[in-house]
Amino acid sequence: MDIFLQQVLNGLTLGGIYSLVALGLTLVYGILHVPNFAHGAFYMVGAFVALKLMTGWEVNYWIAMIGAAGVVAVIGALSERLVFHPLRHHSGLHPMIAAIGLLLFLEAGALALWGADFLRMPTPFSGIVEIAGVTAPVQRLMIIAGAFTLMAVLQLFLTRTVAGSTIVAMAQNRDGASLVGIDANRVAMLTFGISGALAAVAATLYAPINLVYPAMGHLVITKAFVIIILGGMGSVPGAIAGGLIIGFAESFGAYYISTDYKDIISFVLLVVILSLRPQGLFTNGAR
Amino acid sequence: MMKLLEGKLGWGLLLVAGLLFPFMAGNDYHLTVMSTAYIFAIATLGLNLITGYAGQFNLAHAGFMAVGAYTLGILTVDYEVSFWLAFVLAGVVTVLISLPLGWVSLRMRGHYFSIFTLCVGIIIYLVIEKWESLTHGTVGIMGIPAPTAIGPITFDTPVSLYYLVFFFLVLGVWLMRRVVDSLMGRTFMAIRNGDDLAEALGVNLMRNKLMAFSLSVLYAGLAGALYAGFVRFLGPDLAGAEHAFDMTMYMIIGGLGTVLGPLLGALMVPWLTQYLQALQEFRFLIFGPVLIFLVIFVPNGIVGTWVARRARQASDAALKEAKQAKEHTKQSDAAQKE
Repeated sequence: MDIFLQQVLNGLTLGGIYSLVALGLTLVYGILHVPNFAHGAFYMVGAFVALKLMTGWEVNYWIAMIGAAGVVAVIGALSERLVFHPLRHHSGLHPMIAAIGLLLFLEAGALALWGADFLRMPTPFSGIVEIAGVTAPVQRLMIIAGAFTLMAVLQLFLTRTVAGSTIVAMAQNRDGASLVGIDANRVAMLTFGISGALAAVAATLYAPINLVYPAMGHLVITKAFVIIILGGMGSVPGAIAGGLIIGFAESFGAYYISTDYKDIISFVLLVVILSLRPQGLFTNGAR
Repeated sequence: MMKLLEGKLGWGLLLVAGLLFPFMAGNDYHLTVMSTAYIFAIATLGLNLITGYAGQFNLAHAGFMAVGAYTLGILTVDYEVSFWLAFVLAGVVTVLISLPLGWVSLRMRGHYFSIFTLCVGIIIYLVIEKWESLTHGTVGIMGIPAPTAIGPITFDTPVSLYYLVFFFLVLGVWLMRRVVDSLMGRTFMAIRNGDDLAEALGVNLMRNKLMAFSLSVLYAGLAGALYAGFVRFLGPDLAGAEHAFDMTMYMIIGGLGTVLGPLLGALMVPWLTQYLQALQEFRFLIFGPVLIFLVIFVPNGIVGTWVARRARQASDAALKEAKQAKEHTKQSDAAQKE
């Protein structure tokens, strides 16, 4: 039973991180209909910026997280302006390739600036809490609390504020949104900024129990893609549900099946689900 | 003159240049660079068939190349199968693996297909890395034998290996030109330009997409097998996403949906990076923005832009001719009336 609860805790940790990354991806997809392959690079840059702020400038963990979120939000908004905006009338192939160009650029940039070493991020929360026979590192509890708080804040932002509603409106109908006077360019940049900030926060939360290196975004981003396909591209609740499904599948799979193959589990799950339902789990018909 | 160059004569000149290259290359190093470029050119030709002609952006292409390479490596090193039998089997195994994957993934359109194949590529990479008893894991496969002699022709010098790879490249280009000029090639383009319309015209979408997919994967598998026989060492990195992105870059720079474009891109870019040796690791610092720039401003690549320009010139000339003819008939009409 203890082991079971331990896996639940792990599943919630992973699920929280994956959901945050997938949320950024799904918001961008909802607005621009571009699978942003560079999102994993946003995640990686976020971790590096936070790490450098903490080790180089010796700022507090939380301030470093906010700093990283700010920096990556600016990168996100800039890349919308410089890369995706000029391609808004192209469909399919070209924005995808541009996103890959951006990904390659950011990764090579990180490699040139910060080197290829695997770095460890210090954390102020190194303690361990024991609850009902389950040992829980404080950092993991922080991840769960942080991730789910942020999701709640995002949900409130999208439903209760004007700026948030413009994002939802644009995702629902682009032409309709411009008809009622929503500035499409501003919304696109805002969405990219939010998406980048979410990725940076997720990276800063997760990095202390993982490592920081230029290729750290690869697996996370592909899992995030799996999640938004499961949850339906562009759907916010779908991204959260999908993130939790993948998180739990991985933590239980790692324990009950094999740690070596835990990274494959989510992809196999994707292949199986898409073979049976090519349109994704929670959508109907939209391909 | 230009017309001749664009037709058979141009291809003939390229062929002669390729045949003469070993005599012009100063040293074996240049031969190695060129042969490696040829191998990736073969794989890029395949990627271009499914992406440039049939419109499905496949991100698992490097994975399939690795499947071909590992099939050859495992068969020759661990099971002592002869090189050429393993070479053929490499193509067969790659296609066999691709068929069920294609059947599942080609039902999805656009982004879904690309994301799915991205995941397939990662699965291939992870399987190669983790299944140590079969693939030797991260250690890699060492001591792969060189291609064995066919009759009197041996492949133990860089020059003979160069000609071997060149032979397969020529064969690949010839076959690709046959395919894209055939009815099947036109069908692929119809699917790319609008699959609803193609389906309404009676095109069997699944069968044709699967055909394009397996043919493109065959190119990848055989290119991978050649790579294994040429480099004679394999690591999981071959399946890495970087190689898929490299091939995408070659294709975009040269021109999507042309046969010459991917070939030019695959031959040019490695030479450029060769001269920017120091940049090898950071090449994407330059090529990333270049890729974005090209997609925004030169979306058809070098060859595509050239072809479009020729087409515009031709239509301008035709318009002018038509105008002149009209003037001419008017004048003769007027003369008759007088």
